[in-house]
Amino acid sequence: MGSRASTLLREEEIEEIKKETGFSHSQITRLYSRFTSLDKGENGTLSREDFQRIPELAINPLGDRIINAFFPEGEDQVNFRGFMRTLAHFRPIEDNEKNKNSSASEPLNSRTNKLLFAFRLYDLDRDDKISRDELLQVLEKVDVEQKMSIRFLH
Amino acid sequence: MPVSYVHLWLWRSVVLICLVLGVSAVNGESKSDTHHHGNGSSITGIPIVSFKWHHVETPYLIVLWILVAGVAKMVIEANHHVTSVIPESALLICVGFLFGGIIWGADQKQTFSLTPTVFFFYLLPQIILDAGYFMPNKLFFSNLGGILIHAVIGTCWNAASVGLSLWGCHQGGAMGDIDIGLLQYLLFGSLIAAVDPVAVIAVFEEVHVNEVLFIMVFGESLLNDGVTVVLFNVFDAFVSLGGEKINAVEIIKGIISFFVVAFGGSLVGFVFGLLISLLTRCTKNIQIIEAGFIFVLGYLSYLTAEMLSLSAILSIAFCGICCQKYINANMDEKSVITVKYVMKVFANGSETIIFLFLGISAIDKTIWVWNTGFILLTVFFVFVYRCIGVFFLTWIQNKFRLVPLEVMDRIIMSYGGLRGAVAYGLAMMLDENKIKEKNLMIGTTLIVVYFTVILQGITMKPLVTWLKVKRASANEITLIEKVQNKVFDHMLVAIEDISGQIGHNYMRDKWKHFEEKWMSWFLMKPSARKKHDLVFDVFHQLNLKDAMNYVAEGERRGSLEFIRNETAFIDFKKKFADEYSEAMPDITVDMSDSYAAHSSMRDTVPSISLELHDQNTNGLRETEDINTHHLLQQHLYKGRKQHRHKYSRSHFTVNQDENEVQEIFQRTMRTRLESFKSTKMGVAPPKTITKHPKKDQQQKMPNGKSTDNGKYCHCDDDDFEFSGDDGASGYDPSAGSFPMRVTYRPGAGIENPVFMPDLDPMAPMQIPPWLAEAELDSSTVALSQRAQTGLPWTPSNLQRLAPLRISTRSTDSFMMADVPASQRQDEHLPPPPPPPPPSDDDRGHL
Repeated sequence: MGSRASTLLREEEIEEIKKETGFSHSQITRLYSRFTSLDKGENGTLSREDFQRIPELAINPLGDRIINAFFPEGEDQVNFRGFMRTLAHFRPIEDNEKNKNSSASEPLNSRTNKLLFAFRLYDLDRDDKISRDELLQVLEKVDVEQKMSIRFLH
Repeated sequence: MPVSYVHLWLWRSVVLICLVLGVSAVNGESKSDTHHHGNGSSITGIPIVSFKWHHVETPYLIVLWILVAGVAKMVIEANHHVTSVIPESALLICVGFLFGGIIWGADQKQTFSLTPTVFFFYLLPQIILDAGYFMPNKLFFSNLGGILIHAVIGTCWNAASVGLSLWGCHQGGAMGDIDIGLLQYLLFGSLIAAVDPVAVIAVFEEVHVNEVLFIMVFGESLLNDGVTVVLFNVFDAFVSLGGEKINAVEIIKGIISFFVVAFGGSLVGFVFGLLISLLTRCTKNIQIIEAGFIFVLGYLSYLTAEMLSLSAILSIAFCGICCQKYINANMDEKSVITVKYVMKVFANGSETIIFLFLGISAIDKTIWVWNTGFILLTVFFVFVYRCIGVFFLTWIQNKFRLVPLEVMDRIIMSYGGLRGAVAYGLAMMLDENKIKEKNLMIGTTLIVVYFTVILQGITMKPLVTWLKVKRASANEITLIEKVQNKVFDHMLVAIEDISGQIGHNYMRDKWKHFEEKWMSWFLMKPSARKKHDLVFDVFHQLNLKDAMNYVAEGERRGSLEFIRNETAFIDFKKKFADEYSEAMPDITVDMSDSYAAHSSMRDTVPSISLELHDQNTNGLRETEDINTHHLLQQHLYKGRKQHRHKYSRSHFTVNQDENEVQEIFQRTMRTRLESFKSTKMGVAPPKTITKHPKKDQQQKMPNGKSTDNGKYCHCDDDDFEFSGDDGASGYDPSAGSFPMRVTYRPGAGIENPVFMPDLDPMAPMQIPPWLAEAELDSSTVALSQRAQTGLPWTPSNLQRLAPLRISTRSTDSFMMADVPASQRQDEHLPPPPPPPPPSDDDRGHL
């Protein structure tokens, strides 16, 4: 793990990320070490190839789309902030957050944002609409076994 | 009507009572006769007939009791109002009281009671096997952590707390003068602590709570047997050893034995499950008896575990859990159905007998030692400590659960801690030499069982309603929801991978891949493996149901002749839907589920499988045959395109049985041959079903539905041959009835000429077979308006309903069927090249 000054995680950054995403201190540090282990080029950002190096993602039918979700529109590199921002969508919803952020925008792991994330998975061309083709493309790759057990003749 | 109904009811009960009386009387008599029968006492002449009761006594009594149990259940079930308030198990216990009273009155002793041997060896295994076999695996394993916590820690807590509290009260003098020491209290606590699976099933059956809640309680009741066995044996040994010999070593041994017993039992069950799967893999030639293997091997797993002093219940439960997927895939469909029903029969029968005898066994003066303090305190402690234990454990659990358990659920969980026959069986197994107060314990156990089953059983439903506990959803979730869930699963796995976290989803995914790769390969028949795609199963089942419904409807109307009537036909769709409920109320109930489930994916017109039809072909008369063919066709093509089809990535050999199929086809369709020579619609002679690759025909329905619904490929297996296609097409039967080719268009995926309209070079359009046939039968079959307006996928597609084969790759999607069509619309259709193997990577382009 190389340590260039620009890639070290500073306290202020941790605080900012904490406020933005809601992760705890230890979680952020752990995810940072994961980030750096993925970052083979050691330039503080992740590219698509870095993601694709994860073996399990390769066999995941939705792997490409998930990877795409990390990269904002048009860009090819994602820095740690972006990484955390995307991951923050998957934090469990906590009820007390509603009170804290009544004035601010919704926290990243709110229901709406989760749905937005899921929506963007389908919406490949980012036109904010899911066309029929896009839907079909997702569904074609989805492994529909084991979800489809309906018991008949009972 | 109600009056005679009540009469019937009364008569049945009277018969029942007489039976019981008779049994006990004869039994009493036979005892006195035994002495005489033995030594061929003085014969004065040749007896023409003789009454050899002794000869048949044992089996006769057993079977008679089974009959009595069955009739009792019949009597109880006669009135649904009663059973919806009072659970059946409670009623059975009460009936048992009645019988016990009768027998007691006749014999002055309880000749029939539930002995531990009979219970543990003959009555319990099938219930647990049934539970394991029908266990919803995904739900079970995703909640396994919580279930284990409750089963292990909860049961230990129950045992310890009840035992210690009772001992404390004893010391405090609340129970008067009884001879029970601390160890015996602990022993008693351990046998009364276990939640009973039989009782849980029986009571929760009426109350449909949500799945998570049910699986928590039920799973706990199954798995706690591991703990119960260990605790019981350990404390039993301690009681024998006496208090002095207990030291740390013994306690450690006890703890180790828990792990050994629990895991050992599960392992035995697992091994037997694998064994069954392997066996069924090779049973192709003895399909008639393959249904028996599960019962035999299941019981063997129970006995083996019992022999090794491991947990037998865990063993048989895991046997059922492990093997269900594989044997359902391996066995013939009829065997699968057989197994399902037989298992239910056994389980229900056993349950009925158990509860009946629980009631009968109570009417026995000898076992009742009444100690108010003991009994009341036991009941109280059992209930209270259960609540405390559950609440505490769920509180801990909720800290780790993603979806916390609500308070209402927790209340029901604690209230659902029912004790049942297992506790009674264990109590009967106590050694009365070591435990002087065995009868007191038996009596108390019975009281606790009655309290939980009857009282808690009766109040469970009102409680659930009052607390507004979330109930199980009435319908299955729709297909699209299930697919979406799958999408989410994959998403979660991916995120876990990215974030480097070994989480729940990750493990599940890993297991799934391992299982697909290795275990399925090992345990499933090759043909089953290829076919094993649950979406296809859904489709298949739906088709079967539709076909059966359709034929039933036809029977109801007198014959399938109603299709001849034009108006009737046109309104068929509507009529069918309207009269659905009136005609087949019970089927509708099921169908509405599947309809609701698949409404988003299907037409309302049922699509009917030709496979079913084929089985009936030989039995039908020709005209009926023709009509059925028509009707099936008409609806078939409508619905088909929206269903999932399977790919085969293999070659395109001709189906071996084609000739035979053709022959049948020829025999039945001979009369239609001539009419196809000329057509009204200006098409050339009907398409011949040829074996060469067909050209594609791009035909879109007016309403823009996609045309290509055909990704069926034939399959080499004879098993899934769709020889029913002889009905599908009214075309020249001399031609091949099986299209065996799959055409490959680059960029469009695989098309199977099965569902591509077969296009003769000369013929621009196709005759709908019903139309062609209409000419033959002098317009006996009307052309539906729907069909007239558009000839989308005509039954010519259906002619090539080749045997289906599912690709082993699970990434096939029925949606794929529609994609190439839309794409195809844009590109100009090239003539299909000679069929190369369908390749999966082509789909990647899409």
